[in-house]
Amino acid sequence: MTPAVQVQDLVKRYPKRPVNAVDGISFTVGAGEIFGLLGPNGAGKTTTIGVLTTRVKATSGTATVAGIDVGSHPVAARARLAVVPQRVNLDRALTARQNLVFHAAYHGVPVAERNRRADAVLEQFGLADRAKDKVDFYSGGMGQRLLIARAMMHAPEVLFLDEPSTGLDPQARLFVWDRIREMRAAGVTIVLTTHDMDEASTLADRVGIMDHGTVLALDTPEALTRSLPGSTTLDLSITYGALDDAEAIIKELSSVAGVEQVETVTSAPPVAATELRVRLYLSAEAAAFIAPVTALLLTRGARLTAISLGEPSLEDVFISLTGRDLR
Amino acid sequence: MTQAPTRAFAALLWRDVFVTGRELVAFLAQVILQPLFLLFVFGKVLGDLGYTQGNFEQVLLPGVIAFTAFLTALQNVAFPLVIDFSYTKEIEDRLMAPLPTSMVAVEKIVFATLRALVAAVLMFPLGYWVLGEVSITWSAVPAVAMFLLLGSLVGAAVGLTLGTLVTASKINLVFAIVLTPLLFTGSTQFPWAALDDLRWFQVICAVNPLTYVSEGMRAEMLPSLEHIPVWVSAVALLGFLAVFLAVGVRGFLRRAID
Repeated sequence: MTPAVQVQDLVKRYPKRPVNAVDGISFTVGAGEIFGLLGPNGAGKTTTIGVLTTRVKATSGTATVAGIDVGSHPVAARARLAVVPQRVNLDRALTARQNLVFHAAYHGVPVAERNRRADAVLEQFGLADRAKDKVDFYSGGMGQRLLIARAMMHAPEVLFLDEPSTGLDPQARLFVWDRIREMRAAGVTIVLTTHDMDEASTLADRVGIMDHGTVLALDTPEALTRSLPGSTTLDLSITYGALDDAEAIIKELSSVAGVEQVETVTSAPPVAATELRVRLYLSAEAAAFIAPVTALLLTRGARLTAISLGEPSLEDVFISLTGRDLR
Repeated sequence: MTQAPTRAFAALLWRDVFVTGRELVAFLAQVILQPLFLLFVFGKVLGDLGYTQGNFEQVLLPGVIAFTAFLTALQNVAFPLVIDFSYTKEIEDRLMAPLPTSMVAVEKIVFATLRALVAAVLMFPLGYWVLGEVSITWSAVPAVAMFLLLGSLVGAAVGLTLGTLVTASKINLVFAIVLTPLLFTGSTQFPWAALDDLRWFQVICAVNPLTYVSEGMRAEMLPSLEHIPVWVSAVALLGFLAVFLAVGVRGFLRRAID
């Protein structure tokens, strides 16, 4: 099966800029996938989307969308893809419905079909009662919904969304996410850029983390978080025998293979003198440490009273890869 | 062009015509008022007061029609483009239509030319209404139509060049610097050949494409008046068209594709 998007050694250098905006990236998006490009401002996400949507000419490398080389066949590519830009760029001389119908007309959708589709997407995007309003009177959230609705009018195979939920209220954001999942269910491949960790981890099947024009990591959100060393944790509450002492237990816990550090939890002090609360910093998945830790405590006659697993979030991965500097 | 681009081009044009139909009054006010007042004050009022002699109003009319066609076309390309590229980005949806990007620019030119031709044709009955007479013979109509078409196309191409070169923050400045001189050095209010004694001004007028539209119109409508040979005017306009079209389309591509 042809991949929906294929990017190979893509470079974009703007004139009079010292560094490449996109610096030799490669990735593939499978058909029917939701792919997230995550990165701080200026990482090269929008430029990458620009190349894929024929609006930016690559300096070198190749990019294909739906099997079509966007550099050499931009017109054919435009028929198969759709873009939802960051900024609302609706036609303000037209009503909402006319925006949809004319967009379909540009793409050669026959009259009856474009009217049918317009009514259907207006319904789907909750805009049916405002269909005849000039888009000038639309709120930001409605405009964003109409942009996505418009993109669907020519039944694209690949939909590019540039920061789809920036500036949306939580309701609108959830609404947009649901519509994106619907489109995926209908077989549309979706490529979105975002710097919203929630959006990336809940929506995307795979995430590419970009910075300074390169892809630093690319995998499923779960695999990315698993890969972050030393950031899984295990919080333990231990009740130990009267003859035992906390220092010795900590020392022994530290010696378990894969435990990088043991820290006494001071934020919630123990209620009894023979209770110990510790956090273990681990080099692998936390769940794998439950058995050895339990066994170790049993041999000492200590009892595990509470346990809590800490997985790193995508945000931890993001910060660890891209640093804390402001952009 | 194959089928999809042709359809896309037609749809783009239809969108512009559709929107114009919606705002017909604004369109008519925009294109008619200025030439109408020009004709009325310079042709009718000054004539009736005795400040102009002979058939000055019939010298003025072809110039005003030429100016209407040229400037309507120019403004209808330039203003929307500056706003679209710098501010609203509305043009992006059209740039994503399945047709070559340069064809989006050509559509702008075709549509502006249509508007300009409508405005110019309206000037004939208006001229008759204000002046009581329009000097033209039926045999001159095809040549007049050709000059109006050429003039509108050149105006649109100049508009494309300006519209893609100018940023929104400079639009006021550029249009003040460009439009006013264009209007007064375009031989609209005087025959170019009569400027023999004002040689430096005649030279300046000769580099303004509007001069050749005015002179071409005047040659057809008032053949007895001394004028630039018709073929010279036509060739000059074709030359201007080629240059501004090339520069304008290049500018458009530069703005549309990074």
